[in-house]
Amino acid sequence: MKLLLVAEYRDGKLLACCNELMDFSDKMGAESVMCLVGSENDLPGYSGTLYLADAKIYGEYNPDGHKQFILDVVEKEQVDMVAFSHSSYGWDLAPRVAFALKAAQVSEIVEVVDEIPVVPLCNAKLRRDVLVKTKQSVVTIQAGAFGLPEDPVGTPVVEKVEGNGEGRVEFTGYEQAESGGLDLGKAQVIVSGGRGIGKPENVEMIANLAKALGGEYGASRPVVDSEWVEHNRQVGTTGQTVTPKLYVACGISGAIQHLAGMKKSEFIVAVNTDRDAPIAEAADVLVVADLKEFIPLFTEKIQAL
Amino acid sequence: MKILVCIKQVPDMESKFKVDSDGTWYEKSDLVWRMNEYDEYAVEQAVQLKEQVKDADLTVLCIGGDQVKETMKKALAMGCDRGVHIADDDSNSKEPYEKAGIIAEYARDKSFDLVFTGMQSQDKGSAQVGLLIAEFLDMPGVSTIVDFSYSDGVVSVKRELEGGMKACVTARTPLTVTCQLGLNTVRYPTLPNIMKAKRKELLSIPVEDLLKVESRQETARIYFPEKKGTGLILEGGVAELADKLIGILKEKTTVLT
Ligand SMILES: Cc1cc2nc3c(=O)[nH]c(=O)nc-3n(C[C@H](O)[C@H](O)[C@H](O)COP(=O)(O)OP(=O)(O)OC[C@H]3O[C@@H](n4cnc5c(N)ncnc54)[C@H](O)[C@@H]3O)c2cc1C
Ligand SMILES: Nc1ncnc2c1ncn2[C@@H]1O[C@H](COP(=O)(O)O)[C@@H](O)[C@H]1O
Repeated sequence: MKLLLVAEYRDGKLLACCNELMDFSDKMGAESVMCLVGSENDLPGYSGTLYLADAKIYGEYNPDGHKQFILDVVEKEQVDMVAFSHSSYGWDLAPRVAFALKAAQVSEIVEVVDEIPVVPLCNAKLRRDVLVKTKQSVVTIQAGAFGLPEDPVGTPVVEKVEGNGEGRVEFTGYEQAESGGLDLGKAQVIVSGGRGIGKPENVEMIANLAKALGGEYGASRPVVDSEWVEHNRQVGTTGQTVTPKLYVACGISGAIQHLAGMKKSEFIVAVNTDRDAPIAEAADVLVVADLKEFIPLFTEKIQAL
Repeated sequence: MKILVCIKQVPDMESKFKVDSDGTWYEKSDLVWRMNEYDEYAVEQAVQLKEQVKDADLTVLCIGGDQVKETMKKALAMGCDRGVHIADDDSNSKEPYEKAGIIAEYARDKSFDLVFTGMQSQDKGSAQVGLLIAEFLDMPGVSTIVDFSYSDGVVSVKRELEGGMKACVTARTPLTVTCQLGLNTVRYPTLPNIMKAKRKELLSIPVEDLLKVESRQETARIYFPEKKGTGLILEGGVAELADKLIGILKEKTTVLT
């Protein structure tokens, strides 16, 4: 079996996902080649052939151009599978490549058991084994589900690909997130509120507990999207990644995108009414309770210490 | 301007799920159903666009059994003009390529200027259907948008990337966009609009009329993952729970000293 691993590059830098793609390839027992729209000044530690297109010509977001580049490599190398990360880059390109190849696409693989890809279902409460019926396939792999213990140090054999990289949409630039001077990454204790807090007035409850514990408060995405809390306090893939000594997740179900931002915390406490919430997988302690009753009382007791 | 928005009906994710007798999907009885969260943003954006350009016709489309009509009525009450229900009691076994094929078959000769979908469905989460529709219809597609504006045939969007960064992108219609959480503020349908929605057209088309492609994958089985969590589960009265948790934090962490 031969895999094409699609590496990623953004804002002039190679992204760290190559390592996960290489581990996935090892787990598949496959040989691989890699491709990248990027720069020869920032190459992955990979001992294999790397097809390289110049991001200056192709653009960093240009689905038509990147798709054609990948299809040309697939054609040349006759690969059986194209593997992307399940990221804003990967999930955007994978369906387009799959369509052109007349191949099945399996999204967000978390595991491969006896060559069968396994994907999450219903917010990771369930798992689904997928049977691919086409000869070639396209896959995206879940961020964090694979990964070699250390970044490989090889040097790739670079094959430059020239092309015009034409496309129908125009990328006009990046907009950076505003931090507002807050760096959640430095906090020793973070108490986060999720949709389970129910209403904006309850943010105060979360903030009070954070204060009592000498830390900062954070939030899951729906709380930020509803504008109850500023974006600079959002924890997760599209917010901040944090590693405090203590993380308290209140009314947060534990979606993969939230877990990705906090699962490396030293000690994790979850407060949730649902005993089966996926957050239980990551938590050292799950307190099964209504946060509206538990948090104020717990805060009082902490203050009284 | 002609606009299409595709929605899916999904169970509430806090439900207790059970595996069905086939072992290939979840049991559909005893669940609370709602509009896929991502699609609520898609409907809202489509309605806002219609309100902006005024001269627009907005169709909401959903593939599923009769019960999805309830969710479609919500989209009509939010401001869609007409509903197209693609009747399919077996829609959960259709894979993304088939679903996109069905939707594209319906849309092909209708020259939609804009197609809105959610970036993913909450249950299946394949994040494929929207972009596949664009491929089928040979129009450009942009995924995961958190900002949308339209002027004179040109659409400007922001794509959300990891770490809170955004990519600004412009494209001409016809175009498909897939909508991410937080794209806008989703309205609640008002009572008069709920009443008005009852009189709006809701056309049903049998899926057999539109399914022209073959499936490329299927579900072998679904199951509950083995619980990996080695964490402690505390249950009981809140006062007792608070004391227990303080004890644990004193023992296992340094934050209370
Ligand atoms: C590309 C992408 C990027 C994303 N990035 C992020 C990100 O950076 N950060 C992020 O958080 N999410 C992110 N998300 C969204 C993510 O998928 C989830 O939708 C989100 O994390 C859910 O937030 P939640 O847990 O607060 O809400 P829900 O999933 O709705 O969970 C609410 C929880 O509260 C519990 N609850 C309800 N009432 C109570 C009560 N009274 N007491 C105690 N518990 C209660 C419920 O049992 C439930 O478990 C992203 C999604 C996508 C697709
Ligand atoms: N049964 C369906 N009927 C109509 N649209 C759907 C259906 N399933 C998925 N979609 C659309 O496709 C998007 C992505 O779904 P998915 O590829 O399953 O993650 C959803 O947000 C919907 O907009």
